[in-house]
Amino acid sequence: MSQLNPIAAPFTTAPVDWNAIRADFPLIAGHDLIYFDNAASSQKPKVLLEAMENMVTTSYANVHRGVHRLSQQATDQYEAARKTVAKFINAADEAEVVFTGGTTDSINTLAFSFGEAHIQPGDEILLSGMEHHANIVPWQLMAERKGAHIKVIPVLENGSLDLEALDALMGPKTKLLSLVWVSNSLGTVNPIPYLIQKAHAYGIPVMVDAAQAAPHMPIDVQAIDCDFLAFSAHKMCGPTGLGVLYGKRHLFEPLPPYRGGGDMIDRVRFEKTTFQGLPFRFEAGTPHILGAVAFASVLSYLSNIGMQQIEARERQLSNSFRQQLQLNFPEVNAIGTAADSVSVVSFLVQGRHPMDVGVLLDNQNIAVRTGHHCCQPLMERFGIPGTVRASLAFYNTEEEIERFFVALRKTIQLLR
Amino acid sequence: MNSSIDETVEQLEADFAMFDSWEEKYEYVMDLGRNLNWPDHLEQREDLLIQGCQSKVWLDHEMQENKIIFYAASEALIVKGLVAMLLNIYSNRSPEEILRLQPDFLDRIGLSQHLSPTRSNGLHSMLATIKRIALAYYTG
Repeated sequence: MSQLNPIAAPFTTAPVDWNAIRADFPLIAGHDLIYFDNAASSQKPKVLLEAMENMVTTSYANVHRGVHRLSQQATDQYEAARKTVAKFINAADEAEVVFTGGTTDSINTLAFSFGEAHIQPGDEILLSGMEHHANIVPWQLMAERKGAHIKVIPVLENGSLDLEALDALMGPKTKLLSLVWVSNSLGTVNPIPYLIQKAHAYGIPVMVDAAQAAPHMPIDVQAIDCDFLAFSAHKMCGPTGLGVLYGKRHLFEPLPPYRGGGDMIDRVRFEKTTFQGLPFRFEAGTPHILGAVAFASVLSYLSNIGMQQIEARERQLSNSFRQQLQLNFPEVNAIGTAADSVSVVSFLVQGRHPMDVGVLLDNQNIAVRTGHHCCQPLMERFGIPGTVRASLAFYNTEEEIERFFVALRKTIQLLR
Repeated sequence: MNSSIDETVEQLEADFAMFDSWEEKYEYVMDLGRNLNWPDHLEQREDLLIQGCQSKVWLDHEMQENKIIFYAASEALIVKGLVAMLLNIYSNRSPEEILRLQPDFLDRIGLSQHLSPTRSNGLHSMLATIKRIALAYYTG
C-alpha cells in the first residue's frame, strides 16, 4: 500500500527566516501594500528575474531545432527545467511532464485529447460542484461534441464534498473523474488520495486540478496515484503563460494531439503525418522557453524553503486569519468551513455586497478578490453573488493579518 | 428649474474638491447610493441588465418631451452611489446634451477607476449604454 498522505511526513529541517524570505519579493518587501490575492496570482521572487536575465544574456535560442551551440544550450536548460518539474511532483518519468500555457490550457488539452480517444455518446464525466470554470467548460465543450454527459458531486453546506454521493455517481459509463484538489474560492482541501482510490476501484481514471494545491503543499503524483494533474506556474511564484499537464505515460501517450504544428511531429507528409511521443506530442510550436527555465529556478527556490514548511506556514496564517475573523466579527460569515483548508478564506459581511467591502479595503491598500471567483455554480449552490476572498501566501505575515482586521473594522463602520 | 448638465457637473466637481480624504469621498458616494430608488420592475427584467462581472446594474429609460429619463438599479452600495451620480448628470437631459458632455469629469473627481473598462462592475457599460440610447434618439 502506497503512502496516501505524503504531506503528513515529519518536519526535520531548521526553522525558516520568513522575514528574509519576504525580502526576496521586490513588489511587497518594505511596502505598505497588503497582498492577499495570492490565489489569483502570486508575487514573484528575484530568482525569477535573475533566471530570465541569465538565459537572455547567456544562452537564449529556440529549442529542439538547431545544431548550433546556443540552441543546444537552450534545449539543455529547457529539458533540465522539465526534469526539475518532474522531481518537484515526483513524476516517474520526466516525459510525463508536458509544458502548457497554464492550468486552463492543460485541462483543455486533456479534455480534447481524452475525449477524442475515449468518449462515446452516453458516456459520463464526473466533476464536483466546487470546480473552477476552467475545470467545467472544457469538459462541457467536449461532452457536447461527443454526446456525453457531465455529472456533479454535490457540495455540502460547510464547503466539503458529499462523499456519500460518490457510489451513486460512479459507474460503467463514468469515463473520467476531474476534480479540484484545493478549492480556489473556499480553500477546502479535498481528500484527493481517498477520491482517487475510490475512482480507481471503479476503473475510473482521475485528473486532478492542482492549480491551488501545488503552491501550498508537497505534491507526489505517484503517492496519490493520480492519472493526470494540472497546475499553473504563475500561482506559485513562477511566470504567467506557463503550466503543466502531467499524465501517466501509458494513459497519456496514446492520446491524439490537441494542437498541431512544429516540434510535435515525427514525419509530415501531405498524405499522412505521424507524431512524436511524450512530451513533444503535446507541445506544438515554440514553447515558453524562458518561462520554463525561470520556473525551474523558482521551484528550486521553493524546494530550498521546503514545501512542507510552506504548507505549515500557510496553514498557520490562514487558520489564524479564520480564528480572528470568527472571534472578532460576529457580523461576518465565513463561506466554506470544511475542517481541512489552506490559504484561502472566503467571507461575507452580513447585508453588504462583497464588492463594497473590496473597494473600501483597496482604498486602505489591501488587495483581496471579490466576486464569484470563476465558480458561478458554487456561488449559486450557496445562494450568494460572490464572496470576499483573502488568500495568503508564505510571504504574508501575522502583522499584515492584524492590519487587515483593523481595515476590515473600518470598512464595516463605513458601510454601516 | 433643473440646472444644466454642465452646471450639475460643476457642482459635483465642487463637492468633491471639498473632500480631504478618500473616506469622505466614499461616504458621499454611499449616501447617494442609500437614497437611490428605482421602479420595482427593473430587477425583474433580464433584458435591462447591464452585464458586469461583480455587481449587477439594471438600466431603463423613457422619453418625455425630448428628455431621456433614466432609471437604474444596482446591488452594491458604492455602485448604487456612482449610478445615482451618473443619473443626476445624465437623466432628464436631451440626447444632444448627453452626447455633448465629455466624461472626463470622472477623472477630475478621482473616481474614474470605477468606470474604466477594466473594472468589471458594469458602470462603464452603463455609461456606454446611456450614450448609445442618446445617440439612437439623436439620429433616430
